[in-house]
Order: sequence, then C-alpha cells, then structure tokens
Amino acid sequence: MNTNLLTRFRDPALARELLGDIEQLTARLLAARPEISAERPLRLMEVCGTHTVAIARAGLRELLPPEISLISGPGCPVCVTANRDIDRLIACTRLPHVTVATFGDMLRVPGSSSSLALRKAEGAAVEVVYSPLDALKHAVEDPGRQIVFAGVGFETTTPLIAATIKRAAAGQVSNFSVLAMQKQVPPAIAALLADPEVALDALILPGHVSTILGTEPYRFIASEHGIPGVITGFEPADILWGIAQLLRQLWRRTPEIQIAYERGVRPEGNPVARVAIAEVFEPADAIWRGLGAIPRSGSQIRSTYTAYDAAHRFELEVEQTVEPRGCRCGEVLRGVLAPDHCALFGRACTPQDPIGPCMVSSEGSCAAYFRYQIHDRVPRTPPQQPAQSEDGKR
Amino acid sequence: MTKTITMAHGSGGSATRELIQKVFMRSYATMPLLEGNDSAVLPMPASVDAGRLAITTDSFVVTPQFFPGGDIGRLAVCGTVNDLACAGASPHYLSAAFILEEGYSQDDLITICLSMARASEEAGILIVTGDTKVVERGHGDGVYINTTGVGFLAPDVELSGAACRPGDAILLSGTLGDHGIAIVSVREGLSFETDIRSDAAPLYALCEAVLKAAPGTHAFRDPTRGGLASTLSELAEQSRVAMLVEEQAVPVRDEVRGACDLLGYDVFQVANEGKMVAIVPAEQAEAALAAMRSAPYGADAAIIGEVQALATSSEKPQAYLRTPLGSRRVMDVLSGEQLPRIC
Repeated sequence: MNTNLLTRFRDPALARELLGDIEQLTARLLAARPEISAERPLRLMEVCGTHTVAIARAGLRELLPPEISLISGPGCPVCVTANRDIDRLIACTRLPHVTVATFGDMLRVPGSSSSLALRKAEGAAVEVVYSPLDALKHAVEDPGRQIVFAGVGFETTTPLIAATIKRAAAGQVSNFSVLAMQKQVPPAIAALLADPEVALDALILPGHVSTILGTEPYRFIASEHGIPGVITGFEPADILWGIAQLLRQLWRRTPEIQIAYERGVRPEGNPVARVAIAEVFEPADAIWRGLGAIPRSGSQIRSTYTAYDAAHRFELEVEQTVEPRGCRCGEVLRGVLAPDHCALFGRACTPQDPIGPCMVSSEGSCAAYFRYQIHDRVPRTPPQQPAQSEDGKR
Repeated sequence: MTKTITMAHGSGGSATRELIQKVFMRSYATMPLLEGNDSAVLPMPASVDAGRLAITTDSFVVTPQFFPGGDIGRLAVCGTVNDLACAGASPHYLSAAFILEEGYSQDDLITICLSMARASEEAGILIVTGDTKVVERGHGDGVYINTTGVGFLAPDVELSGAACRPGDAILLSGTLGDHGIAIVSVREGLSFETDIRSDAAPLYALCEAVLKAAPGTHAFRDPTRGGLASTLSELAEQSRVAMLVEEQAVPVRDEVRGACDLLGYDVFQVANEGKMVAIVPAEQAEAALAAMRSAPYGADAAIIGEVQALATSSEKPQAYLRTPLGSRRVMDVLSGEQLPRIC
C-alpha cells in the first residue's frame, strides 16, 4: 500500500479545508431548502461498518454542521446475521468431531441461548481464523475432524470464501465445508429505500464492497429513488470529501453514483472476483436482522459445490429462535434509532456484557457509539436536541 | 535426543533436583538460590532507611513463548519489575515459579531462564527463590511463570493512581502497541513489511530518572494489557478527573499503525510491555520529559496530554482523545479479548 497517499488523506489540514467546504455547501443548501434545519437535518447514511467506526473514531459528527446527520445503517456483517443463523452455527458446535472456524467478530455474538464464545468455554471446538484459507489449512492438517467455516460477510469476503471452496474441491479436501450466510449490500439498500420510515437524503457507499461491485449495482439508488450516492474511503478526509460531493449533488439536484475513492475503486469493480463468486455461489433470499427477508440478498452454494455446503453435509438440530428482550438492534440497523437512544444502551447492554450484536462486533454501531462517542452512557436528552458545547458547536 | 520435561521433574525427587541445579541455578546463579534453603533470607539494602517495602506478583501465560523482541522469561521479569517501578520502588528481589507441561523442551526452558537472568541483571533485581511443578501433557500451555517482586521505597516517594490533579501533564515513555502487534503477528503468522518487535523492557531506571527530575510526580502506570486506554481510564476513575490525550502527540510506529488498521484494532487498546505513563505537575513536565528521553527505553517519550477537572460532579471520570481535526472522542476501555474483524 502506498503510505504517502494514505498520509495525504490523513492530513488534518486537508480535512479542515473540506470541513470549510461542507459548511459553505450546507449554508447554500439551507438558503435554497428552508425545510432543512438542525431539528430536521439531512439524513446521510453509511452502510459500511468500517465507515461507522472511522466516523466515530475521528469524531466527525461533532465537526459537521448540525443540519447534517450521519446515520449508521446495516454495515456490519456480524450484526445483520439473523439469530436463526447464529443458532445454526451454534448447532454446528454440538456435532461430533466438528470444529467451527470463524472470524473473531462472530465469537461473542449471542444467539438464542448461547454464543460461540460460550460454547468454546464449554469445551466445544471453536477456532478463530483470519481467513477461510486458514480453516481449509486446518482441515488438511487434521483429516480426522470436520472443519465448518462460518461464512459471514459481504461482497468483500465472499470472493475469498469462493476461492477457498474451489481450492478445497481441487484438492479433494473432504472434511471442509462452509455454512454460507454471506449477504449482498445493494438489495439491503433497496429495502431501506423502500421503507418510508428510514427516509434518507443521501448514501455514503462502502469503500471495500465497492472495490468488488464497482458503481453499476448502485445505479438504481439515483435513477429510481433520486438519491445521491458517493463511494468513499476510510480516512477522515475521504469521508468528508464524500460528504461534500453528496452536498453538491443535493444542491444541484443531479443525483448520481460517484466515486470519491479513486485510489481504491474502479467503476467496473473487480470482474474477476465477481466471476469467482458466481462460480461457487448463487443469489438466494436471506433474512437480515432488523430488515427481515430480502429477496436475492444472500448467497447460497451452487449445486456443483454442494459437497462443501455445511447445511447439506450435516443434519443440524437448531433450537427455537428467541430474540433478546428489549433489544432494538433491528431499528438501529435500519437507521431509525440512534444507538444511544435504546433503553438498554450503556446500562444492560455494554461491550462487556452485550445483549445485541450491534454492541458486540467491533464494527457494530452501538459498540462504535459506546466506545468513541461522548455521551453520558445514560441518555437523558431527547434525540432532537443536540447538546451544546462551549464553542457553540454540536 | 532433545531432553523434555517429564512428570518426574515435578515429583520433588532426584529429577526435580537435577532440573533445579542444571537449569535454574545454572541460569540465574545468584547466591541465595545457590544456598538451596527453603527460604531465601535476605538483607535489607543499605540504601533503604525508612524501611518501606513494595511487593507485587504477576503470572505469565503468553503464547507463543518466543516472539520478536523477547520471550516469556523476559516478560516475567520486566512485568514485575515495572509494577514495582510504578510504585516508585527500586527492584531488589524476585521469585520465579514455573508450571511446566509434560513434554516441554528443556532447551527451550533453559533459553527462557537465561533470558530471565539477562533481564534481571539489567533490571538490577536478584532471583532469590523459585518453584517448579509439572502438569500432564494437555493440561498446560508449555510453560507458565509466576514472579513476585520485592522492592524498596525512598522515604519521600509518594505515588498513587488517586493522586492525579487537574493541570498535570500526561507523559508516555515511547511508542504504543509494539508488544501486542508483535505477539499477534507471530501467533497468527501475519507478516508485515518491517519486523515489529516487542518492547518488553525493565523501566525502573527510567522512573528513577523521572522522579529525580520531577520529584512532584503524582503517578506512574505501565500500559500493559488493555493498553493506554485502560491505564488512563483507571487513573481517571481513581483520581476522579478527566484525561485528555492529543492523538497527534502519541508516538506510534507506522508499521504498528498499519497493522492495527488491517486488524481493526485500536492502537490505544493494544498491550505494551516496556512503556510507562507518568502523571507529572505541569511545571515539572519538561524536566520529566527530558529525563525520560535520556533514560534507557525513553528516547521516543512525549507529553501526550493533560489531566482535566470533571466539568460537573456527575460527569463520568474517563479518558478522552482529541483527534487531529479537533474533535473529541472517548478513549474506551477494552472489553473482552481483542478480536480481528471480518473485512
């Protein structure tokens, strides 16, 4: 990676300049559109967990004009995984001679009655891996055990899982399989835009996912819904540049899908990775936490590779799904509830002792708010009244 | 054939004696140990007149046992020495107790013991007593070490985590995150462009230099597990103050920053084993900084922030970070294990 380029995007001077641009653009917009105010701010949603964390870490919310509200959407792959799917994974840990290999984020996510971390503590074989290839390697080294990889992730992760399955097939590794639960971002955006309660003005589109997808799968956002979308990177200046571009589009009323992350994303995306996905996976309906069933938003393993589908290989005894009481992760994931306005936030639900997945995952909105955002842990002010600090900024 | 640890080495019989003599005594070679009595009987150091003693204990279970920049033995000495140093106590005596897993390599054990000998010599602490137990294969992770350290305090040294006052400067003795990233890179087989080495180091000399230059120092704390974020949050709670850190002032190596980006870690939550935080009255901060920078392991020291009063009595005492853009965010305490993210 070119560190010089990265350093430039970390440059606070550039970010401050962009903040100035954003203030000017906001002032122009306000003059033209009196319906926008601090009480009824423009709603810009990011649908990528890495953006959620980057925004909170850089403290961007407090630097923006009060008429711009950054809303976190369903951008954390762990968080959008339905309880039923987590229970299926936990069911895998109860099978004899099975090791469940998972990304670390999934470990502590509570299912209906347990979690992978709890199962591990109870003696079940659960292994944290950094890549599905590590899980395959484990399978090769330990032919006596069945290795089930927890397939969780978006379009960024799926190509690697596809490549791993292909490698397993090529090497005739018979003790490796994947419980496919990956999701696709554009159908979820479509579902959000169809939901009147969500009411978005613009979308900050994911940097990583778009390296695979390019711009085409997002076209409908602008063409059908008249909403601007900008693909941005993850440094503060990247995100601010993206926001400035969105404001320009809103001002000109020319919604389109733009790339403000040229160093990472090409308009055509990565066709090779998409071919790899399509070889192994086909779109399937999927249930998202908070968003419910979304047609063709999931990935299932094609019949050619059924041998590597854990759902086919094993008879899973999945417990009755129980949703955690009082947990409002679903509303948080749809962007209709700010994390710190959930009654459990910071009280019954903390990263230490999480109730919902949004508080568990490092990329979850609740965890990002809890970790970085300044709040008194027990929200007392209603959401409409932004707190004033001494310099008069939010 | 390589020699391994067997259950007999923990039996208390001749095998145990042979292990003690050939491995531990030979490695450490300190007088109290060579005398071979049940307890080490030790003199009070001549320099100590007020007779205040500090004692601390810590257990070390790190895997892998060998990593760039150190090993479990060096950690076991430095960790305990640094806990004494946090109290302002000069390190004098150390115990070393081992729990070994059946089948562990004796050569590796010797390497660890020699590393402990080197680290203790550097730190100026004597290993004076020890213990060895062996557990069956599968019941341990190769080697666990517990060390207990005894140190002595000069009469005028009064340090406490509850003594931080608004206006105090926060000093950090060097770069953050080196140890945690070195460990994770070995454990997970990650390779980065440059080798990231653990910072494990004994820091009493550094603390002594700071105390001499800034006698008004209020507190020392080593940001080990949980990183700087946990350390400052603890100090904030103990002293009922807020800690404000300037992100740009905190020294972090580029390669460590890159690794954290890659893994989704917060560098402020990553463990350090050779860094010290000092809370010093503002007027002595520059003197303390100069002392740190000229002390061993303090070349990259920096003033990274200041202690502030709580705005209201109901404000939660915690640590904040001012980002390069001027926004403020919470520097939160690590909860649970640090886990790599998905994408």
